[in-house]
Amino acid sequence: MLQFILKRLGLALLVALTVSIISFSLLFLSGDPAAAIGGETATDQDIEAIRVLYGFDRPLPVQYWDWLSSALAGDLGESYYFKLPVATLIVDRLQITMLLGVCGITFALLTAVPLGVVAAIRPNSFIDRLALFLSVAGQAMPSFWFGLILIVVFAIQLGWLPPSGTASAAHFVMPTIVLGYYAMPAIMRLTRAGMLDVLSSDYIRTARAKGAPEGRVLFKHALRNAIIPVVSLAAVQMGFMLGGSIVVESIFALHGAGYLAWESIARNDLPTVQALILVFSLFYIIFTFLSDVLNAWLDPRMRAG
Amino acid sequence: MPDPLLPEPLLTVRGLTIDIPVGGGTLHAVRGIDFDVNRGETLCIVGESGSGKSLTSLALMGLLGGRIDRRAARMEFDGIDLTGANKRTMRALRGDRMSMIFQEPMTSLNPAYSIGDQLTEALLLHRDISRDAARARAVELLEKVGITAAASRLGQYPHQLSGGLRQRVMIAMALMCEPELIIADEPTTALDVTIQAQILRLLVELGREMNMAMILITHDLGVVARVADKVAVMYAGELVETGSADEVFNAPMHPYTRGLLRCIPQPGKTERGARLGTIPGIVPSLVGKVSGCPFRTRCDQVVDACRQDVPHRHPGAGEHAFRCVHENGLRAGGEVVT
Repeated sequence: MLQFILKRLGLALLVALTVSIISFSLLFLSGDPAAAIGGETATDQDIEAIRVLYGFDRPLPVQYWDWLSSALAGDLGESYYFKLPVATLIVDRLQITMLLGVCGITFALLTAVPLGVVAAIRPNSFIDRLALFLSVAGQAMPSFWFGLILIVVFAIQLGWLPPSGTASAAHFVMPTIVLGYYAMPAIMRLTRAGMLDVLSSDYIRTARAKGAPEGRVLFKHALRNAIIPVVSLAAVQMGFMLGGSIVVESIFALHGAGYLAWESIARNDLPTVQALILVFSLFYIIFTFLSDVLNAWLDPRMRAG
Repeated sequence: MPDPLLPEPLLTVRGLTIDIPVGGGTLHAVRGIDFDVNRGETLCIVGESGSGKSLTSLALMGLLGGRIDRRAARMEFDGIDLTGANKRTMRALRGDRMSMIFQEPMTSLNPAYSIGDQLTEALLLHRDISRDAARARAVELLEKVGITAAASRLGQYPHQLSGGLRQRVMIAMALMCEPELIIADEPTTALDVTIQAQILRLLVELGREMNMAMILITHDLGVVARVADKVAVMYAGELVETGSADEVFNAPMHPYTRGLLRCIPQPGKTERGARLGTIPGIVPSLVGKVSGCPFRTRCDQVVDACRQDVPHRHPGAGEHAFRCVHENGLRAGGEVVT
């Protein structure tokens, strides 16, 4: 198990390094960065001065090394737009995004897994039909539309919840539901399919033949096997929520990292975009690593790999 | 009238019927079968695939799926009525007083748990026993089923064991609580031919040693000849012939039993180089109303009366019984060809 973890950790670091190279080179893929900073009115001398000031005249490997070592030290450069250290900017915004992401995935898992399990135990029952309806509806409704409907109903008409902002826990209720509901259908259906498959397997019959009570059969013997693919899916969904909740953040005016990424792309604020890409990728890498470890703990067959 | 001199059988089954709802109606998979198993006795149920052998064993264990309808006039295990038994009663019996060994050792063990966890589970469920004591018992049984380095196996997982080893683990698992009845559903079918005999011998020896009754389900008549005390021949959901191994092998009455026996070489009877017999045709569909003798479509002794109800016949003084319209299983003027 320890060997497996070390191996996966090594792989994760290699991926992180590759991602850092890609995100570093992004700065140069969109034209001359010095000209971009100078703007349309800058003269050739101005651009040359900017180039020297920001160090763009040095060889690329040197610049990369410089960038990487300061990034590791927590210095991700300065935002062109905000004229603030990118690290400070991102940490602020990430807190909101991470809170939303954790709430969203928790909401998705807490609704999807029990619903999937019950639907698998009683296929074609009322609950199964309800679960299918909820998942089809969830997949068919765009997040922005669903978010707006919630605002209209619960904030404007009923006045139960605040429509936007981040001032209190109540502000996070609707964003959590919208974000979580987006991830719910896939998790629910994977849980249901996995449970159905596992419940018809020979080892479940063996467990029953031992006289194991039904609850033990379902949760100890079946769910542990059925949940394995769900863990991998949830890790990807979590990574997605931390990086891609742009729509939800815009609708509810939560100024999180997704919203910042969208703004920064529009403003050509390259250091910020670069840093966000790096951070989002690192999240994916961390969640994939954690899901690999969790899966190896759940399924001994994976520990050998 | 029960014979006061004979002990009550451990397991009594009368009129066991299993119906499975299918697309176009009802599949009458098992239709009114009767048999007894005494303590310490080995009953072999033989028959082709689809004859209802496995369903019968699952019905005894109460492991049929929810949609399957199981009925019986009488089904008792050591005086406990299994027909009306609630889930709790069945759970208390399963794995403790009656246990089962399945056909597929490769898929019958849970991939997520260690051998030790799975071996001790039944014991911990049914007995008030410490984990350490349960593990000690598991090691003892692993050694008994011929697994070397038994203590170190407890921490291993199913995927680390070969098929033969897994089936030995399955056997050890079924024996954990010293059941009075063990049901083995084709326990060696999925294994290499080279180890089939070993595993079977092991199972039978352990059964004798622990004085367990055993129901061995198989389609291998060679196996039956070696281990059975009693034989029940199953065809298309009915027991066409039952009796002691001696009676069924040496004086088969039902045309199907005779046909089966012609399919295997018998020492002293089959000449070297002679062709073995076959039974032409296929098993009839059991969907919808089934009447008359199910074997009549393939039987070489068929007459018009085979479409009517088939009587049970008891040719001797013992338990030997068969179902055929002919008194000795032969059309008038027919000749025995075994």
